[in-house]
Amino acid sequence: MTDYRQKYKMTPVLGWLLQDRGGMILLGILLAGSILIPIGNLMFPEGSAFHVPTWVLGLLGKYLCYALLALSVDLIWGFCGILSLGHGAFFALGGYAMGMYLMRQIGDRGVYGDPVLPDFMVFLNWKELPWYWYGFDHFSFAILMAMLVPGVLAFVFGFLAFRSRVTGVYLSIITQAMTYALLLAFFRNDMGFGGNNGLTDFKDILGFDLQSDQTRCVLVVASALMLAICYLVSRGITQSRLGKVLIAIRDAESRVRFTGYRVEYYKLFVFTVSAVMAGIAGALYVPQIGIINPGEFAPAASIEVVIWVAVGGRGTLYGAVLGAFIVNYAKTFFTGVMPDFWLFFLGGLFIAVTLFLPKGVIGAIPAFGAANGGPGAPGNWRDRLASWRANQGGKA
Amino acid sequence: MRQDFSPPAPGRMPHHSFRRFFLPLFAIMVLMLVALAPQQASAFSDEQLRQNAEQLNAKSSTKKLDVIEKMAADGDPRVAAILEAMLDGDLYASKADDKVVIGKKQGKVWQHIDVVSGAVTGESGSADLDKIRINNRLRGALRDALATLNLFSPDLAIRRAAVETVMDTRDPAMAPLLQRAIERESNPDLLARMELAKATMALAAGETSQERLDAIDILASQTTPQIRAVLLQFVNAAEAENYDPKVVAAAKDAVASVESRLKMWQTGGDVYRGISLGSVLLLAAVGLAITFGVMGVINMAHGEMIMIGAYTTYAVQQAFLVFWPAGIGWSLAVAVPVAFLVSGGVGVVVERLIIRFLYGRPLETLLATWGLSLFLQQAIRSIFGASNRQVVAPDFMSGAIEFSTGLVLTYNRLWIILFSLIVVGGIAAVLRYTAFGLQMRAVTQNRRMAGSVGIRTGYVDALTFGLGSGIAGIAGVALSQIDNVSPNLGQGYIIDSFMVVVFGGVGNLWGTVLGAFSLGIVNKFLEPVAGAVLAKIFVLVALILFIQKRPKGLFALKGRAVEA
Amino acid sequence: MNKTLQTIVGAGALAWSAMAMTPAQAADDTIKIGVLHSLSGTMAISETTLKDTVLMLVDDINKKGGLLGKKVEAVVVDPASDWPLFAEKARELLEKDKVAAVFGCWTSVSRKSVLPVFEEDNGLLFYPVQFEGEESSRNVFYTGAAPNQQAIPAVDYLMSEDGGSAKRFALLGTDYVYPRTTNKVLRAYLHSKGVADEDIMENYTPFGHSDWQSIVADVKTFASAGKKTAVVSTINGDANVPFYKELANQGIKAEDIPVVAFSVGEEELAGLDTTPLVGHLAAWNYFESVDTEANAAFIKKWHAYIGDDKRVTNDPMEATYIGFTMWAHAVEQAGTTDVDAVRQAMYGQKVPNLTGGVAVMNTNHYLSKPVLIGEVQDDGQFDTVWKTDGVVVGDSWSDYIPESAKLTADWTYPWVCGNCEKPKY
Repeated sequence: MTDYRQKYKMTPVLGWLLQDRGGMILLGILLAGSILIPIGNLMFPEGSAFHVPTWVLGLLGKYLCYALLALSVDLIWGFCGILSLGHGAFFALGGYAMGMYLMRQIGDRGVYGDPVLPDFMVFLNWKELPWYWYGFDHFSFAILMAMLVPGVLAFVFGFLAFRSRVTGVYLSIITQAMTYALLLAFFRNDMGFGGNNGLTDFKDILGFDLQSDQTRCVLVVASALMLAICYLVSRGITQSRLGKVLIAIRDAESRVRFTGYRVEYYKLFVFTVSAVMAGIAGALYVPQIGIINPGEFAPAASIEVVIWVAVGGRGTLYGAVLGAFIVNYAKTFFTGVMPDFWLFFLGGLFIAVTLFLPKGVIGAIPAFGAANGGPGAPGNWRDRLASWRANQGGKA
Repeated sequence: MRQDFSPPAPGRMPHHSFRRFFLPLFAIMVLMLVALAPQQASAFSDEQLRQNAEQLNAKSSTKKLDVIEKMAADGDPRVAAILEAMLDGDLYASKADDKVVIGKKQGKVWQHIDVVSGAVTGESGSADLDKIRINNRLRGALRDALATLNLFSPDLAIRRAAVETVMDTRDPAMAPLLQRAIERESNPDLLARMELAKATMALAAGETSQERLDAIDILASQTTPQIRAVLLQFVNAAEAENYDPKVVAAAKDAVASVESRLKMWQTGGDVYRGISLGSVLLLAAVGLAITFGVMGVINMAHGEMIMIGAYTTYAVQQAFLVFWPAGIGWSLAVAVPVAFLVSGGVGVVVERLIIRFLYGRPLETLLATWGLSLFLQQAIRSIFGASNRQVVAPDFMSGAIEFSTGLVLTYNRLWIILFSLIVVGGIAAVLRYTAFGLQMRAVTQNRRMAGSVGIRTGYVDALTFGLGSGIAGIAGVALSQIDNVSPNLGQGYIIDSFMVVVFGGVGNLWGTVLGAFSLGIVNKFLEPVAGAVLAKIFVLVALILFIQKRPKGLFALKGRAVEA
Repeated sequence: MNKTLQTIVGAGALAWSAMAMTPAQAADDTIKIGVLHSLSGTMAISETTLKDTVLMLVDDINKKGGLLGKKVEAVVVDPASDWPLFAEKARELLEKDKVAAVFGCWTSVSRKSVLPVFEEDNGLLFYPVQFEGEESSRNVFYTGAAPNQQAIPAVDYLMSEDGGSAKRFALLGTDYVYPRTTNKVLRAYLHSKGVADEDIMENYTPFGHSDWQSIVADVKTFASAGKKTAVVSTINGDANVPFYKELANQGIKAEDIPVVAFSVGEEELAGLDTTPLVGHLAAWNYFESVDTEANAAFIKKWHAYIGDDKRVTNDPMEATYIGFTMWAHAVEQAGTTDVDAVRQAMYGQKVPNLTGGVAVMNTNHYLSKPVLIGEVQDDGQFDTVWKTDGVVVGDSWSDYIPESAKLTADWTYPWVCGNCEKPKY
């Protein structure tokens, strides 16, 4: 591989960008998609070979949000060894923040015609808006909250957990406990978030009709661009000095700590950033899907995210994006084509990937395999060392 | 099967029409009968009895009620048999001739038993019989009628049940009859219950303050929810009608003392329910304590191993129905080893085909076993269908021990508590005392070293995973008794199981035991205060905070293996 | 680099063509309908049966020569008990497969999730499950029971002499919108009947709640207050089996504390030994045990289709049957599957109930149906103990919720509205 930094004497940032082949391809596809998809949907009439139907638009938007969520998981799992089985919680919280804004936007167009209270509050006999709903009539506030709430929760949770040196499986299980507790809490109608039905029946966003194709296109493009930005941020973090410490933590936490690094702060930082990204993904997801309900908090949903990352290829960032697309497309495809048997295929896929593609789909593509030199990429010396050590000691 | 130390459910409405209009008359008639003719001579001729029985097939339930009253008032001993059959839904009208008969199922046919002579008069299929319909109002009336008829039964158990029903009814009109029964009663236990029943009636019927105080005195020493209700009602009435303040104060004191004793029993009940929930958690988690705790496999398919156990129970039961219907009571006992072998077998196969390639990559076991769990769920759904399957509870697991204090210990949960302890004891013994246990511990502690002293590590791995899965299968047998047997069964337990194992400390069996019981008890103590949902949320939050304090669970493994 | 790029572009193109081109050009000689019931996940237990019911009805209609001379083809998808997936699949059915109508959904949340899609694409959804009402969409026909067709008659029965003259009520439910709304309606109704708040107990549990020891014990304590007590259960699906097992084991007999349930049908009882539960109640618009010729024929057809004589039928199956038959009639009448034409033809559409009488589709998109109350029998069936004289008109907006009492749903001129206080025209 040519070292572009040497060759072109570029700034370090551009340097690592050019060196990141998978990332370049990903960014290219995202940019091209951002331009072509709206054109395909809006310019070409139905029936044309280049027409992008609305339902495909909906699917792409959903996949893009899932990809961003997967990216956020890969950032902490692939590069810092934090296996969060509760990232769906941050996603859902971001989604709820956006959902609350969209709910307030309905105004008096709800079925009961109350100018302030959402429908579900009217029929539960609530007389006034609970305090935590204040401010959500402003878009900017909602967006802020979509990032802040997951961020703060992650910060507090991480602060407690990392300071106490909760690691490995223990951490995974308590993240699961966290999302499970939130699931139960949001199911409660008394919480004021619509209970099991969640928030739904949205009308418009910033004054634009959510059901129009134009708005949909804008949302898809926004999701694609946000994914690109978050990819760049994540890549930036992992390529920086801080990123090298993170990878060191992933591979040998105790040694890093003994070297004098405050491991918990590094972990806390990346965990919080990741949660904010998940929140953004959720906020983009809700207006495109049209509903947010506690189901998103389900531990199974969070486990699935981890699986997307593993299928795509952990520790590569673009692998996570690819994984999210593959698994979700497979789900869309099989639930339609073989509704009675699709779980055999999905289950089989997960098993097969684990057994035969231990580095995910990305790892199986030769160009992205062992040769790729970026830290954290599969097949580098650290991984080899780790697996060698694992074989020495029995279990890792 | 039921052991009634008290009426199964208290709190009947005192002014039921049946009682208001009919009981006084009925009580007097029975009283007269008892007084005049100790042999309970029949007043009905055979023909009258038959006519009355035919009328039980009336259309409206009011009409049926009238007939029941008329028949019960007669005091004919044969009436009890007819009414009992009606209560049990065994009274039929034959379609051919509209005759009312008692139907008894004999294999595939119903024997017709004549209501008068009690002789078998014929048999037919179910299609030729119309069941005489009853509703809850008639059920109540039938039970009360039977109770009064049975107050003088020679059988102690029947008398005892009758007294409980009378106590439940608390109709003042019953007082003379009860008095009569008290005079004839020889069993001291039952006599005491009768005196108590008399006191509950006296409280409402009493005229003078002294009578009331006497009744309160007797009642205050009791500890049952019914007595509390009686006293509370009395307090309300007393305050409304300005009774003697001394009486009101005494009644209030009595309520307080009954209340405080009931509280203690309630706490006892919470502990029992907590232990019971804990035992369920323990059963669900203990297999995971081996596959995950000992082997380090993040086994997301653990729940499905439980589910396979439950379906095996169902399959075994179906096999019994086909091959040995009479021995159906044994099916659960047979299901335990079969479920162990089936789930264990699946576990061994899974270990050989999938898990063994993943040692040293624990997080990837999560991915593969998650896929496996989807696969197994769909497989079960394809084989057995998506709907619930019915696993019948054997007799020894139905019903409950009921204390008069309101505490109910259900047999199925008692058995499950016992069963969970046996299972854990068994596992501990296997790990501690058998060669396999020794090898298993050796392999998990240091695979290479174990291999180099000649242990076949692959073989031990497979058996260990099989053991964990097999135990999950056994848990499935127990859970089939209290939960749905459906493809989703396992999903409901997987998260809780992981919580328990992690809370107790991965790799420590006793941690799992302690973890399961403490989570169960804490949950059950919170539930009455906070409600089921909040209780669970609190438990989860407490667990998260607890892990901050002890990052490796209750019992942390010590030594180098921890950091590896 | 170039090679990789080629691979990726190639793969992308392949995926694209798979996605965009899969709509097999709809053959002109078939009418497609969508079946949107979960076949996996938590709701599969209930919904799989309905998928089979629709397929049976399609099979049946095709044997009789189809609709408008065309064959009916069912497009089955699996939304997997995943609510956003419901919306995605609904859109796919409407926009990709261009189905004429969709039969589907069970939970309220799944209906709420697909509702905007149906309204945007002007599709038709037939929703066959009892629910909380409080909704009337132009694009949905509700063939399940509204609260006034199930809950209120049931409570009336409990308060009647035959039902045991209950004076005290424990309302147990799963914590979601259907039980909440139903209980709210019931509380208001009980107040109107002179039942005080202290005689009403409400309790909510999470989905799939499996440990009912404490709650059943609480109910016993609640019932010990000396007034006849009844339990009204809106406990959902999965949680019912452990609930009834606990009831049976703690010895709660129907004549002492009757339990009337709105979500427990023959299908749910099939997973239970009902001997200790005899006398507990359920309120539905249909019971398998109802002895009519139409019902016998339906059961026979079902057994033949599914190939299992032990499979039961239940209320949502009848609702599916009524919805499907009405749709077929409306299509025949309109002479087209065009949604607007079919919708107009649906109003006043009459189909004989399997239990006798005639179901009528009203202009608020709810059915008029009879209400039946049945007692659990030891063979897992219900025995009808009470029945309304005629049919009850489904009420989309409950009279017992003040904000909702004002609203009217009527999709014909001059109202043309699902939630208005006065006519639009």
